Amino acid sequence: MSTPLSRIGSIEHAGYGASARRRWQRAAEAVITVALRGCAFLAVAGLLLIVVFVFKEALPILTSAETQKEASLAGFAATPLWQPVGDVPKYGMLPLFVGTLKVVLVAMLFAVPFAVLAAVFASEFAPARVREALKPAIEILAGIPSVVLGFFALMVMASWLQAVTGSVVRLNALNAGIALGLGVIPTVFTVCEDALRAVPKSFREASLALGATPWQTAWHVTLPAAGAGVSAGILLGLARAVGETMIVLMASGNAAIVSGSVFDSVRTMSASIAAELAEVVFGSPHYSTLFFLGAILFAITFVINVLAGLFVERLRQRLAGA
Amino acid sequence: MTAVQTPESRPAPPPPAAALPAAASPDRATAPAAKPQPATRLSTRDFQLYYGAVHALKGITIAMPERSVTAIIGPSGCGKSTLLRSFNRMNDLIPGVRTEGEIRVADMDVSAAGTDVVELRRRVGMVFQRPNPFPKSIFDNVAFGLRMLGLADRGELESRVELSLHRAALWDEVKDRLERSALQLSGGQQQRLCIARCLAVEPEVILMDEPASALDPTATARIEELVLALKTTYTIVVVTHNMQQAARISDRTAFMLSGNLIEYDDTARVFTSPREKLTEDYITGRFG
Amino acid sequence: MSTALSAPRLAPLPKARAGDGSGFALTGLTGFAALLIVLMVAVIMGNIAWFGWRSVTWEFLAATPKEGMTAGGIFPAIFGTVALVVLMVVALVPFGVGAAIYLHEYAPPQSWFTRAVRFSVNNLAGVPSIVFGLFGLGFFIMFVGRGLDRVTGADMLWGQPSLLWAALTLALLNLPTVIVTAEEALRTVPREMREASMALGATKWQTIWHVLLPQAMPGILTGAILSVSRGAGEVAPIMFTGAAYFLPYLPSSPFDQFMELGYHIFVLSTQSPNVDQTKPILYGTVLVLLLLTFLLNLTAILLRARMRAKLAGRD
Repeated sequence: MSTPLSRIGSIEHAGYGASARRRWQRAAEAVITVALRGCAFLAVAGLLLIVVFVFKEALPILTSAETQKEASLAGFAATPLWQPVGDVPKYGMLPLFVGTLKVVLVAMLFAVPFAVLAAVFASEFAPARVREALKPAIEILAGIPSVVLGFFALMVMASWLQAVTGSVVRLNALNAGIALGLGVIPTVFTVCEDALRAVPKSFREASLALGATPWQTAWHVTLPAAGAGVSAGILLGLARAVGETMIVLMASGNAAIVSGSVFDSVRTMSASIAAELAEVVFGSPHYSTLFFLGAILFAITFVINVLAGLFVERLRQRLAGA
Repeated sequence: MTAVQTPESRPAPPPPAAALPAAASPDRATAPAAKPQPATRLSTRDFQLYYGAVHALKGITIAMPERSVTAIIGPSGCGKSTLLRSFNRMNDLIPGVRTEGEIRVADMDVSAAGTDVVELRRRVGMVFQRPNPFPKSIFDNVAFGLRMLGLADRGELESRVELSLHRAALWDEVKDRLERSALQLSGGQQQRLCIARCLAVEPEVILMDEPASALDPTATARIEELVLALKTTYTIVVVTHNMQQAARISDRTAFMLSGNLIEYDDTARVFTSPREKLTEDYITGRFG
Repeated sequence: MSTALSAPRLAPLPKARAGDGSGFALTGLTGFAALLIVLMVAVIMGNIAWFGWRSVTWEFLAATPKEGMTAGGIFPAIFGTVALVVLMVVALVPFGVGAAIYLHEYAPPQSWFTRAVRFSVNNLAGVPSIVFGLFGLGFFIMFVGRGLDRVTGADMLWGQPSLLWAALTLALLNLPTVIVTAEEALRTVPREMREASMALGATKWQTIWHVLLPQAMPGILTGAILSVSRGAGEVAPIMFTGAAYFLPYLPSSPFDQFMELGYHIFVLSTQSPNVDQTKPILYGTVLVLLLLTFLLNLTAILLRARMRAKLAGRD
C-alpha cells in the first residue's frame, strides 16, 4: 500500500540521511576494496607460487649431494641416454632436448606458412563471406582439445603418414610435429590477423594509389608494417609448441632417441614429465629431475612470452607513429 | 544592488541588500518589495581547476541564490561544464584534475578534503547532456537512488517514484508502463526520466549540463517548462550554448570565456545592456 | 646552384605492368593455405564423427564402463568432468571477476602493483599445462594438502589427488582468461552509466554492483564459459592431481578422485590392451568431449554476439 503523495516526508526525516548509514557504508567499501585488491593479488601470487614450488622441488639437483649422486647437472649434460628407470638410472637430457627440438621444428615449419598465409588471405584478399567461413573453422580448430588432436594423430594420421612416407616407425617426430602444428595454427593465425588488420587502411591506399598491385601491397607494405605483430604471433605459437604435452605424449612414440631423422620416435621434455611423474617416488632424484625439466620448460616459455610481449608493444608504438 | 562578480574584484559575501532582483520578464511574478534577500545556495571563491597542466578555470568567484535558475553561457571550451561539474565533484572522476580555492554548496564546503562526496552528490543532482537512463525499467531507474540510500519498502518506493515522476511532468505518460525498459522512451521522455530519477533523492540543487541540446524543439520546450516549474523548489544551474534558452528560463546569467567569468548579472541586464564588451560581442554573435 | 633546367636527365620510367601474373599466383597461394586449413579441420571432424556417431547412444551416455572398457558407457567420466568443471567455476569466477573489477575500477594505472598484476596475468597464460600439473602436485597436494593433514591430524585426507586440487589447479590455469574477458566486458559499459549513478549519490561499489556488473554480465559469462570449455579439455593438469582411469564409485565429495573424459581418452588410446575392441568406445568418448566443448564455445560466441547487439541497439 503506497503512502498518499501528500503524506510523503522528506528522506532526511525518514531517516535515510547521512551520518550513521554513511559511516557503515564507508567501512564496508573499504573492506570491499581490500578484498578486490586481494583477488588481483591472486594472479601475482599464482605466478610466484608456480615459480617457487616448481623450482623448489627441482632444487635438490643443485643443492643436495645425495641427489647429485644420481642426478646432477653434469649428468644431464654428459650422459647420452635418458633411462631413469633401471638398475643404474641415467638422466641424460640430450635426447629430450633433441626430441623437443625436432618436434617443435616440424610443428613450426608446418604451422607458420599455413597460418601466416591464411592470415594474409583473411585480412587482405578474402571477400567478406569467405572470411566469415574461415574464422569459424579456425575457432573450431582452436577449440579442439589437445588430447583429441593427439588421439587423431595416434589413431589415424600416423597410419596415413606411414603409408605416404614409407616410414618404418609409426609414431614419430613427423606425426607428432604435424599434429602439434595443427594445434599451433590458431594461435599464430589469430595474432597475425589481428596485427594485419591493425595496419591503417591509409598505408594500403597509399601503396595502391602509386600503382602497386594488391599482392605487392600486401607483401611489401602491409605485412612488414605488421611485422612485429606477426613475429609476436610466431613466438606465441612457438611457446605453445614447446610447452604442449598431450599431443606429443600420444603421438611421438616416446622413445628417447638422438637422431636427425624425423621418421624416428622422439621423447620430449613435456612428455617425459607426463609419462614418468605417476610412478615416481616423492623426493627421489627422479622426482627432482622431472621438476627440473618442468623448470626448464617454464623458463623457456617464459622468455618466449616476454619477447612476444615486447614485440606487441613495439607494434603498437610503430602503428601509433612513434 | 545585485552581487555582480568580475574577475578583478575580490569576492565579498553578498551584501545584505534590500530587494530581490527586479523581475523584468513578463512571465515571472513581480516580487513584493518586502521579500527578504534569498540565501546563497552555491558559491565559489577564486576557484581554480587544472586538467594536468591546462588551467581550465581561472579564479571563478560567483554566488547563486536559492530557488532560482542561473544560466552559464559561453563558447565551446570556455569551462562552463567544468565549473558545473565542480559543484558536485564529478571532476574527481577524471584523473589528473587539481583544484584550488573554495566551493560551497549551502553549508557544505565542497572542495574540502574531508567532504563526504557521496552525500554531496545526493544533495546536488545532475542532469546530463545526453539522457543516460540505466538499462532497467522506468520504475527501477527512478527508484535507483532511493535504493542506494537503503530504502527497500516497496510501498514507500512506489509513492516516492510516483511523486518524482509527477514533479518531472512524466507520470501521465508512463504510469501504465513502469515496468517497461526505460530505453523504450523517446529522447525527451528519457531526459525527463533522468530528471525524475534525480529528484527522487531530494536534492537541493540541480545542475543541468545542456539538458536539451540532444532533443528536438518540442521536447526542449517541455524541458524548459519543467525547469521553470522546478525553480520554486530547487536551485538550478543550467549550462547552455543556446542564448535564447538562457534568456527564456534563467533569472541570472553568467558568461564565461577561456576559463574566466566575464560577467554575471540578472539575465535581463546581461542580454539587453551587458557591462563587458566581450559579453556584448558574444551575445551579438561576433564570435563563438 | 642547380635548377630544374640543369637537373640530370633520367631515363624514362618503365610502364607499370597491368596484369602481374606472379601476383595472382601468390594471392592464390594464400587462399590455398586457408582452404587447406579448412579441409584439414573438416577431415579431422569428419573422421571422428564418422567413427563415433554410432557409439553415442543414450545408453552410452548413461551407463558405466564394463568389461575392461570395451563395453558399456562413459557416464562416470561425464559426471566427473561436470563435477570438476563446476568446482573450478566456483573457485575461479568470483576471484577472476574481482580481479578484473579491481583492475578496471580501482587500480592506479602506473602503480607497481597494477603492473605486477598485468604482468602476472599475461605470463600465467603462457605457462605450459604440464607445469600446472607439476604445480598442482608439488604445491596443492604435497605442500598444502600434506600440511593440512598434519595440522588437522587427518589421515591422508587432504594430501592426495582429488577433485578439489584438480579443480583449483584448473582454476589457476584459467584465471587469465576470466580476468581478461571480464575486464573487456567492464570496458564496454559506457561512461555515462557510471556518471549517472555516481551523480545520484551512489557509492563506488554500489555503482559497480548495481550498474556496471549487470551490464557487463554477458561478457563475463562468455569468459566463464570459455574457461569451462578449456577446463573440460585439459588433461595434463589433472593427470596427477585427481583424475583416475577406473573408479568403481562416483565421486561423492571434493576429496574423491574422479574419472574424466579427456583423461579417459588418453588412457584408452595409449594403454588399452586391445585397441580394436575399445575403438568404438574411444571414438564415442572423443565425440562426446568434442560436442561438449563445441556446445560451450558456441554458447560463448552467441552470448558475445548478443552482447554486441544489445549495445549497438542501444546507441
